[in-house]
Amino acid sequence: MKALAFLFVALLLAAETAPMTIYAAEEHSTYVAPLADPVLEARAKALQKELRCLVCQGQSIDESNADLATDLRRLIRQQIQQGLSDDDIKNFLVARYGVFVLMKPPVQQDTAFLWFGPAILVLVGAGVIGVTIVRSRRRLATDPAGDLDP
Amino acid sequence: MIGELGQLALCLALALSLVQAFAGFSGAARGSARIMAMGRGAALGSFVFIALAFFTLMFAYVTSDFSVWAVAENSHTAKPLIYKISGVWGNHEGSMILWLLILGIYSAAIAMTQPVGHQANAELGSRALGVQALIAIAFLVFVLLTSDPFVRLYPPPFEGNGLNPLLQDPGLAFHPPLLYLGYVGLSAAFSFAAAALLDKRNDAAWVRRARPFATAAWTALTLGIAAGSWWAYYTLGWGGFWFWDPVENASLMPWLIATALIHSMMATERTGAFKSWTLLLAIAAFSFSLIGTFLVRSGVLNSVHSFANDPKRGMFILMILFVSITAPLTLFAWRAPKLTPGAPFDLASRETGILINNLLLTVSAATILTGTLYPLVLDAAEGIKISVGPPYYTATVIPMLALLAIAMPLGPIFLWRRSDWRAGLYALRYGFAAALVALLAALAIARPLSALGLLAVTLGIWLIAGSMTDLARRAGSWRKLTLLPSGAWSVALAHAGLGVVALGVAGATIWKSEAIAVVAPGQTMNVGAYTLRLDSTERVEGPNYTADRASITVLSGGKVITVIHPEKRSYPVEQQVTTQSSIRTTVISDLYVVLADAREGGGWVVRAYVNPLAPFIWLGALVMALGGFVALGGRVAARARAARPSMAVSEPAE
Repeated sequence: MKALAFLFVALLLAAETAPMTIYAAEEHSTYVAPLADPVLEARAKALQKELRCLVCQGQSIDESNADLATDLRRLIRQQIQQGLSDDDIKNFLVARYGVFVLMKPPVQQDTAFLWFGPAILVLVGAGVIGVTIVRSRRRLATDPAGDLDP
Repeated sequence: MIGELGQLALCLALALSLVQAFAGFSGAARGSARIMAMGRGAALGSFVFIALAFFTLMFAYVTSDFSVWAVAENSHTAKPLIYKISGVWGNHEGSMILWLLILGIYSAAIAMTQPVGHQANAELGSRALGVQALIAIAFLVFVLLTSDPFVRLYPPPFEGNGLNPLLQDPGLAFHPPLLYLGYVGLSAAFSFAAAALLDKRNDAAWVRRARPFATAAWTALTLGIAAGSWWAYYTLGWGGFWFWDPVENASLMPWLIATALIHSMMATERTGAFKSWTLLLAIAAFSFSLIGTFLVRSGVLNSVHSFANDPKRGMFILMILFVSITAPLTLFAWRAPKLTPGAPFDLASRETGILINNLLLTVSAATILTGTLYPLVLDAAEGIKISVGPPYYTATVIPMLALLAIAMPLGPIFLWRRSDWRAGLYALRYGFAAALVALLAALAIARPLSALGLLAVTLGIWLIAGSMTDLARRAGSWRKLTLLPSGAWSVALAHAGLGVVALGVAGATIWKSEAIAVVAPGQTMNVGAYTLRLDSTERVEGPNYTADRASITVLSGGKVITVIHPEKRSYPVEQQVTTQSSIRTTVISDLYVVLADAREGGGWVVRAYVNPLAPFIWLGALVMALGGFVALGGRVAARARAARPSMAVSEPAE
């Protein structure tokens, strides 16, 4: 059933391959009718923020005038209505466009430094600060001279 | 004629910069007051000629002289005057001339503020001017070889190509100059740091000279980033204000490092602590400015900011970047071991607070750099394309900034060197109470409930109340608040301002409501507590565009509040369409309405947002910048008092 849904959507998209230009707001409406169910619409909104508009300059499909962004906004609403989960929709788009479409890169071997680098840096830095303070306190104990500032 | 005049002025500025470099370094090496004075004179002369080149270019724009290449490429006779003027820097060539102009301003300021009579200080300033001259030479050669705006076109075209309509906005008049005042201002701190490394005496005297420049640069950078964010907010038409776009990141990284720098400088100037670290930060801050320039100008990044970029220019800037990072770092490796340690300090001290600040700010900058460059590196190394977007930065940078916000009110409460931590925490009891009340209030009122939103509100109020508590504690009574030293005010304003920003960001991202609907004239739609009624649309003619202009009546509780007029503009010369959103603000909330597009049968797609607290983002940034101005004002006043010893009033430095 899921495979059938994918096929349907893929055909649908293939049928309306819109020209991918950045400034085409005039020819092409950016309007996508919101889903009637507010819970599903909220899901669609949240999902939009995590998907990249591939022809834009670093924008998500949530805030782009590009045709592709409009098409993808429509697509995820169709898929949500068909009962697909967020992960299903993301997997579909990743299969179609690659991980480039995800605003949040997946945690895997080649993104390990990206994801864990900051935490490692904070820990290393905290260690350096710790050593600095311990040394400084030792000097303070042996060199009590120097008045306290107001 | 005018084009050649500009080019000649750039060449003369280059010649004078060579003199400035030579006289700056050799005058200091020989201790010759006359040669050092020559260096200062050359700095002023170089500034005058760069200013001449800049105004020559502006003249060519204003008079629509299309025989000048840059003007033909980026201007048009029908463009309003303000965009002819600000259009000077709305492109690569012109923005580099602005960059040089501001570098010249800072060099001239270093030359003019050189105190007389003190030999070591004179040598320090002279070497700093030498380093400034080297930077100017590199960028003048860059402009003359790869980005000359004065190249002639023959025959001159009858009409120019016009300016990207997105840039035809008052934002272009403020955002780039402020940002460059910040970016390039960090060159002054860099130059003094390099000068200190070249000096055998190696003390912390350079910090005293460099600190006002770093504060000025930080203030300008704060305002520049805020102006850019505001511009994006009202012009892009989706209610967003920060996109973690690579070019935005390129301005945020130097800001984070500059923030770390002005804190670290405070400690170094006061107690001599962190001497080598402050030197490193001064080098890093300007390096990040150059990295930003490289990322934007080379075209390695796709961004809304990357107008007219060229890989050849990228190579040139990469070379400048390489030299200006490696040369001072080599000097640093040589000199740093000889630095004497500053006064020791205890765990509960302001120094510890500054270390925490420096750690979190520098790691945040490093994280943003990683996130910005990672896709490029991965693509080059393995051919894998990934996107690093807002969710990544929310997951990594926001926690670090939250930790920073927790620590921020503590720093100013603790004393230098040694402090009683119990007394410090007790002094902040009203701050704790206010943050707790804010948390409970947010729990009761704010819907939807969001952990991130609650955290932002709690920390925002913690910052604001903590800063006010500190002011009250220092003053002792309301009447004495005005007697507090400017340093206390500047810290409180800068810290509280960030709290205001945090509230705004939380409101505008987590608690915004939005609606999109197709409405025909006479029909209504709802957003938040407002009802919008489309009354009519009409076609209006602008100076160089035609627009569809809507009249939309805003109602709340059945009562008419106002009529707003969002526009959709079409620029025939550039063949682009822009949205001119209509924002009705009550300061605590923005109603943001966009006329999106026309539907068949007379209906219009209208997008509307209610962004609670959104104006706080930019108000907060203004408060932070005000802190910078107060600090600068205090310095100027202190200098004036020092110049008249008889009038001296004793006042603590911080």
